[in-house]
Amino acid sequence: MAASLRCFLRSGKKAVSALGQREFHKSAPVAAQVTVRDALNQAMDEELERDERVFLMGEEVAQYDGAYKVSRGLWKKYGDKRIIDTPISEMGFAGIAVGAAMAGLRPICEFMTFNFSMQAIDQVINSAAKTCYMSAGLQAVPIVFRGPNGASAGVAAQHSQCFAAWYAHCPGLKVVSPWNSEDAKGLLKSAIRDDNPVVFLENELLYGVPFEMSEEAQSKDFTIPIGKAKVERAGTHVTLVSHSRYVGYCLDAAAVLTKEGIECEVINLRTIRPMDVESIEASLMKTNHLVTVEGGWPQFGVGAEICARIMEGNDRLTASGRRLSSRRGC
Amino acid sequence: MLTNISNVLRACAQRNGAAAVVSARTYADFTNEATFEIKKCDTFKLDEGPATQVVLTRDEGLQYYRTMQTMRRMELKADQLYKQKIIRGFCHLYDGQEACAVGIEAAINLSDHLITAYRAHGYTYTRGGTVKEIMAELTGRRGGIAKGKGGSMHMYCKHFYGGNGIVGAQVPLGAGVALACKYQGNNELCVCLYGDGAANQGQIFETYNMAALWKLPVIFICENNRYGMGTSVERAAASTDYFKRGEFIPGLRVDGMDVLCVREASKFAADHCRSGKGPILMELQTYRYHGHSMSDPGVSYRTREEIQEVRSKSDPISMLKDRMLSNNMASVEELKEIDVEVRKEIEDAAQFATTDPEPPLEDLCNHIFHNNPPLEVRGTNPWSKLKSVS
Repeated sequence: MAASLRCFLRSGKKAVSALGQREFHKSAPVAAQVTVRDALNQAMDEELERDERVFLMGEEVAQYDGAYKVSRGLWKKYGDKRIIDTPISEMGFAGIAVGAAMAGLRPICEFMTFNFSMQAIDQVINSAAKTCYMSAGLQAVPIVFRGPNGASAGVAAQHSQCFAAWYAHCPGLKVVSPWNSEDAKGLLKSAIRDDNPVVFLENELLYGVPFEMSEEAQSKDFTIPIGKAKVERAGTHVTLVSHSRYVGYCLDAAAVLTKEGIECEVINLRTIRPMDVESIEASLMKTNHLVTVEGGWPQFGVGAEICARIMEGNDRLTASGRRLSSRRGC
Repeated sequence: MLTNISNVLRACAQRNGAAAVVSARTYADFTNEATFEIKKCDTFKLDEGPATQVVLTRDEGLQYYRTMQTMRRMELKADQLYKQKIIRGFCHLYDGQEACAVGIEAAINLSDHLITAYRAHGYTYTRGGTVKEIMAELTGRRGGIAKGKGGSMHMYCKHFYGGNGIVGAQVPLGAGVALACKYQGNNELCVCLYGDGAANQGQIFETYNMAALWKLPVIFICENNRYGMGTSVERAAASTDYFKRGEFIPGLRVDGMDVLCVREASKFAADHCRSGKGPILMELQTYRYHGHSMSDPGVSYRTREEIQEVRSKSDPISMLKDRMLSNNMASVEELKEIDVEVRKEIEDAAQFATTDPEPPLEDLCNHIFHNNPPLEVRGTNPWSKLKSVS
């Protein structure tokens, strides 16, 4: 089975773009094909318009239109006050963003990639995540840290690390990892409206991928709750749990396996912390077989946590899990 | 002329005899205000500095005296409670540096903002915390300013952002608060403090750059007490002119042991910020009598003679007291009365801090998130489920 899944890693993109075709109707608005980039852009645009305390800061977010063009058009629309280009000073500007959040604003702090967030990780954990607890609820930090996370295409080791496990380790943080455009838009809007620090892990390779977005998802009030996973495909034989880009791989693998008579249930975590273990347990009660699929390193990773929780959890579960991930170093 | 009046009064008092002096003396006999000559500040990239002739009113003087004395007694009480093991963990005491906190607060409004590092008890008090709340937080009780969950380094109140444990991290935070002030157009500013040890942190220089670039209304203040933990400034910094380290940010070096110097300089700095000129940097030359924290006797890296010398020649409370007495702005008895009241306040607070119960176990997992529906939190084992409310 592992071999089957690996074969279809390559065909991921082709399968996705084959889904859905544009239809033109004269009357009611319909589902549309929207790229993840545009979905994120829409989410930020709508939240900037809705609440004047919201602002975006990061490297190249304004005049460059975003290093990956995610914030395209926002500076032209909202100006210098709300879309702020920063110097290359992650620790400094992350701290400034956290301070602004403490004083009542609602910043979106962009890291060009989460690899650079390591420079600022003290501000994310010690200044943002822990403050509400240490102040016994007196001091809130309503901030979103967002940016591309994990593997890209040929950018080498320093630019390819997945930080889901690192951030999800820490209480006081919410960690979100969307897959498709609906996830991206709905979860980013929820993250911005959340009064707590949210680490929002995007994926650079997904930015240009179009997904179908329902009419409901295109509305200005569409949000997806943080902390709830989604069953993307129902199945009975094996549960595949994944997040971000690898949800697509799972669906592709499921499409292949169904021809062999194996029905996979694919769960899109959507949120890493707090993790929706109930959805995984409910699925395992049916299938009794678990495979976790992630882009990060296996040791101490997201899959490791899922397996540990399943092993410890509900006594009626007899499932044991296997993890699929990127290569472990040693 | 003021000297003449006070001489006449003293002469009258002496004629009537000592006993009559006490009963005959009313507060109307005191000088209402006096002008003092204070030390000139060193300036950097500034055409003019703060005034050197300052007026202190009697009311102001008494208030500063009371506040500084309260802070001093509170810190000494904390020392005592720590040695009795009633306070545990970290405890970084501020005695010796009172003039900084009091002088700064005298120059700004409560609607302004302030953030500092871990030597924060004094600032928690000047920003509006009560002695009771502060001491109960030190002893980790539910009556503490952070309900017993923050401790010495994590005290918060309105427009006071702590109390921060990570050296230097509070500086970008302070600039962020200033950014919010500018964004909201409320004419407020942020006072952002750090020590001589923190002054070498990289993130501070990143912050200087952005604050100057965006003209944020932030007053950076380096409380230079000559030692970063056990490392003297000469051993830590290639340049000990901390007020110049902002490079493109104007700076002032101020006598941090004189509450009037600190007040004048802070007023000057606040005007600078509020006029939209951007950030300004102040170095307050001050001294801590205690070691770095309660686990540091404070004498392995400096001499007892040095500590004694500062105590006898530059103590901020003594300096203010001498000024007020020699200018007939208060009497010895009056100040003693304040001392007695302060002592009582501290005793009551210590009593409360020692007897108030610790936070309930149910509170252990609360406040992980703000404004969040209740969630279940895993305890120390898989079967232990705790509840967390916001």
